[in-house]
Amino acid sequence: MAFHKINVTINGELEQVVVPSNMTLMAMLRESLAMTGTKNGCSAGECGACTVLLNGEPVNSCMVLAVECDGANIVTVEGLAGEKQLSPIQEAIIHEGGVQCGFCTPGILISSHALLKRNPNPSENEIREALVGNLCRCTGYVRIIEAVKEAAKMQSAATS
Amino acid sequence: MTQNTHPALPEFEYFKPETLSEASDFLSRNPGESRPFMGGTDIFVRMRDGFMTPRFLVDVKNLNGTNDLHFDPQSGLTLGAAVNMNRVIASPEVQAHYPLLAEACRSVASYQLRTRATVVGNICNASPAGDTIGACLALGGILHIHGTDGARQESLGSFFLGPGKTTLKPGDVVTAIRFPLPPKKCSGTYIKLGRNQLSDLSIVGVTAFGHPDSSCESGYRFRLALASVAPVPLVPVEAETYLANHSITPESLREAASLSADACSPIDDVRGSARYRKEMVRNLSARALAEVWKNLN
Repeated sequence: MAFHKINVTINGELEQVVVPSNMTLMAMLRESLAMTGTKNGCSAGECGACTVLLNGEPVNSCMVLAVECDGANIVTVEGLAGEKQLSPIQEAIIHEGGVQCGFCTPGILISSHALLKRNPNPSENEIREALVGNLCRCTGYVRIIEAVKEAAKMQSAATS
Repeated sequence: MTQNTHPALPEFEYFKPETLSEASDFLSRNPGESRPFMGGTDIFVRMRDGFMTPRFLVDVKNLNGTNDLHFDPQSGLTLGAAVNMNRVIASPEVQAHYPLLAEACRSVASYQLRTRATVVGNICNASPAGDTIGACLALGGILHIHGTDGARQESLGSFFLGPGKTTLKPGDVVTAIRFPLPPKKCSGTYIKLGRNQLSDLSIVGVTAFGHPDSSCESGYRFRLALASVAPVPLVPVEAETYLANHSITPESLREAASLSADACSPIDDVRGSARYRKEMVRNLSARALAEVWKNLN
């Protein structure tokens, strides 16, 4: 099987990685780059634990080949916070108690972050629809949805 | 016995051609062991589960304008094969002129899967459960195909041969789907029955579309398409013909829904029984037709 040398920007840092044809973006992040914030849940594009931003849009990284990411810009959960400051959705999910075991949290954070970027003031239905591909088996979603609402408020307060 | 719940993708070679001609050439020289792919949302799952083991995956995204979504007020909508479903949903032109297509895309899986999933990919997989296929059939979609002999067009109505089987030949790459301008006054709906409200595969899907048409005895033309109830996405022609020839009343709409149920041949599977599916085709066809009829008046 052939290997491919790719250049990919991850959380603002340019990386050069050599990947086999069948390596997924998720496996590259976790195994080649030791960025284990992105989780491997179902490997079938259903649970959303591996969600990352690919050129600004959320994708299931288990459903993207690493080789397809040559020249791409990736943001993982490790890239959400600033140097000393968590992002609004990270602050809000802690404050609202939207984390229990934490396995789904990276994907939830990325999906919510992307939602708030394209729709800074989402309705509850819009939040539910945006998070339909992120399964949580612990907290029952209510606190997660409350956290997204709170993050939206924090963001609008910060920009007004 | 332990079971590996996170199987890796089996080994294959990745090939990214520079042009459509190169793609067609490569695919035709490796028939049976090469497959074109767009977002991979279906093929990767099937490969992981061992149902498919292509030697070559040919990445046909972004070739020769396949990433364009273009609306022309004279000729209609051309949707490039690589345009993802979220772009279709967000397009003001699609929302204004082809809302049925946006509705069908919105019913597919999740936002992050739709970043990768494409309408043309959904069509080429030829799953009887394909959520966007009914809208594409009802809206008169025409496929633009690039093959070893150059470009050609094919009506979507005669494209499907069986589960996963289409009229595509080795070397063929679908580059776009084109939709003619919709009739001036029209309405459509897609009712999807899944195990949950959002994101699941359909147990039954019913697409209905209607518009005034003076060439029909009833004055109206209705299109219907059924998902997950036959080996191919099914158009119940008898039901459509019935509504073209009979005055539109609550009774005739119910009769058409029965003809729709008669037309399908569902199977028992993990998502539902054949008997249940047939009854749901009747109910959901009635509901979809009534909704379209209400919106037309």
